Amino acid sequence: MTQDTQIKPHIGNAAGDHPHPHPGRPADDARHPLIHRDRDWHPQAYTPGYKTSVTRAPSRALISMPSTLSEQTGPAFGHNMLGELDNNLILNFTGQPAIGERIIVHGRVLDEMGRPVPGVLVEVWQANAGGRYRHKKDGYLAPLDPNFGGCGRTITAEDGSYEFLTVRPGAYPWPNRVNDWRPMHIHMSVFGSGFGQRLITQLYFEGDPLIARCPIVGTIGQQKAVESLVAPLDMNRAIPMDCLAYKFDVVLRGRRQSVFENRMEGM
Amino acid sequence: MQPLYHLKETPSQTAGPYVHIGLVPNLLGITGIYPHDLGASPINDGAKGEVITITGTVRDGAGMILRDALMESWQADADGIFPGNDPRGQADPNVSGWARIVADFETGEWVLRTVKPGRVPAPDGRMMTPHIALWVVARGINLGLQTRICFEDEEEANAACPVLGRIEHRDRVSTLLAKKTGPSAYRFDVILQGPDETVFFDM
Repeated sequence: MTQDTQIKPHIGNAAGDHPHPHPGRPADDARHPLIHRDRDWHPQAYTPGYKTSVTRAPSRALISMPSTLSEQTGPAFGHNMLGELDNNLILNFTGQPAIGERIIVHGRVLDEMGRPVPGVLVEVWQANAGGRYRHKKDGYLAPLDPNFGGCGRTITAEDGSYEFLTVRPGAYPWPNRVNDWRPMHIHMSVFGSGFGQRLITQLYFEGDPLIARCPIVGTIGQQKAVESLVAPLDMNRAIPMDCLAYKFDVVLRGRRQSVFENRMEGM
Repeated sequence: MQPLYHLKETPSQTAGPYVHIGLVPNLLGITGIYPHDLGASPINDGAKGEVITITGTVRDGAGMILRDALMESWQADADGIFPGNDPRGQADPNVSGWARIVADFETGEWVLRTVKPGRVPAPDGRMMTPHIALWVVARGINLGLQTRICFEDEEEANAACPVLGRIEHRDRVSTLLAKKTGPSAYRFDVILQGPDETVFFDM
């Protein structure tokens, strides 16, 4: 990672974090409309097995229409906002190593056409190795790790790649049904070049028996969609005598190539 | 038949109750990792246009105010140009256009201080009404909800807006109109479910 570690004073975002020249690839051109979301592939809003969704799901149909400049443009973040340890969750809290299974999480951000998406911000957050979050609302009896904060961020490279160094998070119980436990997971927030590509998801780990039992995973209807959230163990990227590795690619909405937007009769 | 090699978009999952750890750690009290949280303001001092303050809450279908909601906003500058990658030109350098808006941990109230955006053309060339795109995530929301903050005192532009015009149930348009509560002050409550449910978009 190359970073300018100079810390700039916080004056909103405009001067410190924005803007940087946007990658000029035609696929990212804000004149190109976004491909519509396949909402049968994503989880539905109302998924009563995940109880909180019952009162937080809109009951009326969404208003569907083609994307506009408001969705096709979006914020951009420069590499110069990154600190040297921003993508190293093992060391970024106190400088002393966190306890747990050392892992690299790496992958690429792609669009639906398979093209890499460079220069976009990826943020992650997670529990510690015991399944405890550093959050005032988390009262789980597993202890905090004094050397683990739980957040990280990076910006994708020219080939869309990203990587984090972290500890594998533990499973934890949550008040849904009496004995529900979240699988080990890392939350991931990804920007595209357009605000309409904005996505938050969760990464799960190969072989975790809790995945199939989780009501949040179960909000996704199609098994293939669930599988796309499970990161395989990647021994080729593991570092001997140091850490294991998991691979997780993220796919964002693509853009239609035609810029023809002829006004339809009567519109 | 030839296979199609398009990839599927990564499926969304809820941001969960601890979203603040990742997106606004300093606000949560996790300091020392990032010098500041991103998206504290969409404008700098000196931004052109009318500086406005929008206040609101996010409520669920039982009328309860969410205290764990997080939103992001994206908007054009006062002349209707988006910062960054707008093909029509350069925006006001004091407008970044993007903000993270966090419901207060105790009251659930949120505040956005910004400039009132100018009008932006829809793909067919007609002008959309001044609006701020708003993306809402929280525990219990499986896929981020897209809505728009428009303004009740932009009657003419609202009436001509092709996006608002798309809403068949006309009585629902008012759910997207921020209510004027004072000079340059507005109120915008997001209602996730129920009789006054906010209009959400798929665009």
